[in-house]
Amino acid sequence: MYSEKVMDHFRNPRNMGEMENHDGVGKVGNPMCGDIMELYIRIENDIITDAKFMTFGCGAAIATSSMVTELVKGKSLEEALKISNATVAEALDGLPPVKMHCSVLAEDALKAAVEDYRKKKGVGV
Amino acid sequence: MCRGGSCARPQETEFKMKRIYLDHNATTPLNSEVADEVCRCLREDFGNPQTLYSYGKDARKLVHDSRETVASLIGAKREEIIFTSGGTESDNMAVRGVAYGNINKGRHVISSSIEHHAVLESCRALEKEGFEVTYVPVDENGVVRLDELQKAIRPDTVLISIMHANNETGTIQPVSEIGRIAREKGVIFHTDTVQTFGKVKINVDEMNIDLLSASAHKLHGPKGIGALYIRKGIRLKNLIFGGHQERKMRPGTHNVPGIVGLGKAAEIAARDMEGGGNKVLLLRERLWEGIKTNISHIRLNGHPAVRLHNTLNVSFEFVEGESLILGLDDQGICVASGSACTSDSLEPSHVLTAMGLSPEIAHGSLRFSLGRNNTEEEIDFVIQALPKVVERMRSMSPLYREFLKKQGKT
Ligand SMILES: Cc1ncc(COP(=O)(O)O)c(C=O)c1O
Ligand code: FES
Repeated sequence: MYSEKVMDHFRNPRNMGEMENHDGVGKVGNPMCGDIMELYIRIENDIITDAKFMTFGCGAAIATSSMVTELVKGKSLEEALKISNATVAEALDGLPPVKMHCSVLAEDALKAAVEDYRKKKGVGV
Repeated sequence: MCRGGSCARPQETEFKMKRIYLDHNATTPLNSEVADEVCRCLREDFGNPQTLYSYGKDARKLVHDSRETVASLIGAKREEIIFTSGGTESDNMAVRGVAYGNINKGRHVISSSIEHHAVLESCRALEKEGFEVTYVPVDENGVVRLDELQKAIRPDTVLISIMHANNETGTIQPVSEIGRIAREKGVIFHTDTVQTFGKVKINVDEMNIDLLSASAHKLHGPKGIGALYIRKGIRLKNLIFGGHQERKMRPGTHNVPGIVGLGKAAEIAARDMEGGGNKVLLLRERLWEGIKTNISHIRLNGHPAVRLHNTLNVSFEFVEGESLILGLDDQGICVASGSACTSDSLEPSHVLTAMGLSPEIAHGSLRFSLGRNNTEEEIDFVIQALPKVVERMRSMSPLYREFLKKQGKT
């Protein structure tokens, strides 16, 4: 049911773990099934230099978490905010329809992490 | 014997040998003796049992013999067995058939909160048509509350439908007591024995069962064939219309190869019930011991003792079931979960939540259901593979990290 890419990211998640000195963190829960995702970002000159995640959820949730950390690295905050759940799902060669909501978790976590950073910096969103 | 041609055993059996199948409550591999009989019937006994000439007679004999075997396995009479397309159809026929057939008495049905969807959705359909259904709750072990059942019975109650063993937890319901209560109150009693038929001793008279559902594919038989026992004298309406087969209760040309498969599977089950059951029970206890010893923060779901001998449902805290299934599948291990993430509805198992489990605990549940072909080596492999998979998923889990932090502080 999952693409090879999803399974690859599930088996070998990229950037998994807690980030000690992060500049922003997004902690979100999935209202659909109750899963939880945390996304940490490190930022230098408005560029995301590093990202990490921790996730309690299904295979798709883990794979999308892993993929979103890959996608945001090297991006400016503006560019990063353009990443949607569809972008993440596409980068994984698609997700089964019933699993699309898991990619929303990744998008929400990213938005929340950027917002957290901006709040800390005192920049309006 | 059925060798060569399309019925020959597949070459890939060797490849499949590396897989460990622990999902027998979902379905079971076809027994090779059963496969031989079914194939022989498919090739040779194509006759329609309704016809008068030799081919028809041969087919009729096969249907007759299978009916006899199925009936004798539950202490019933041959005429009380109707062949259906499986557990789902049997459940539909029993629940809705009895409700429609006894409208003159009332429109109230009693079932439980842990039934299979085949019963639950039949009840929901009745509710939409103006019937009333009471779903009796279960205790924390998943056993139907008999006091609540007693209270639920009303003068207009026509049916009690409560399953024998639950497919997710294996918990065995007090069917004899329920049968006694139903009989005392003059209410028809149906039980879904899809998970117990051929595995646990059943006697419809001793247990006061009026209707009983069974399915072949949980018993190393083929899919798409099952049976409904209907006690003589019980009134119910047929749901489909057509020819005269199965006393017009279930018209349609008989699925003779399927019926043969069910009969053979039932025959083998009766023969092996005790020995096979004990072997499976020992394997399951070995698995549970191994899990308990090697993994912390787990919980057994279902009754600790009064449980189907092949079923083990365990929750692993801080992790989610689908990811465990995927991780185990990478090792060739096939199991099921009650996690919301594995259901199309994105809701956790209704059985586990009815037992009072929090959604998080239901999330991390795995169901191991063993079969007579499993071996000690397979179980030992699972015991050493599972802790690594759980550990890997826990290392990613923010819930586990929070838990460890809290522990560190205290
Ligand atoms: C308890 C129970 N009832 C009914 C069914 C449905 O049986 P079938 O697959 O033959 O329609 C199942 C199988 O999933 C079951 O476990
Ligand atoms: S996170 Fe629950 S279904 Fe994907």
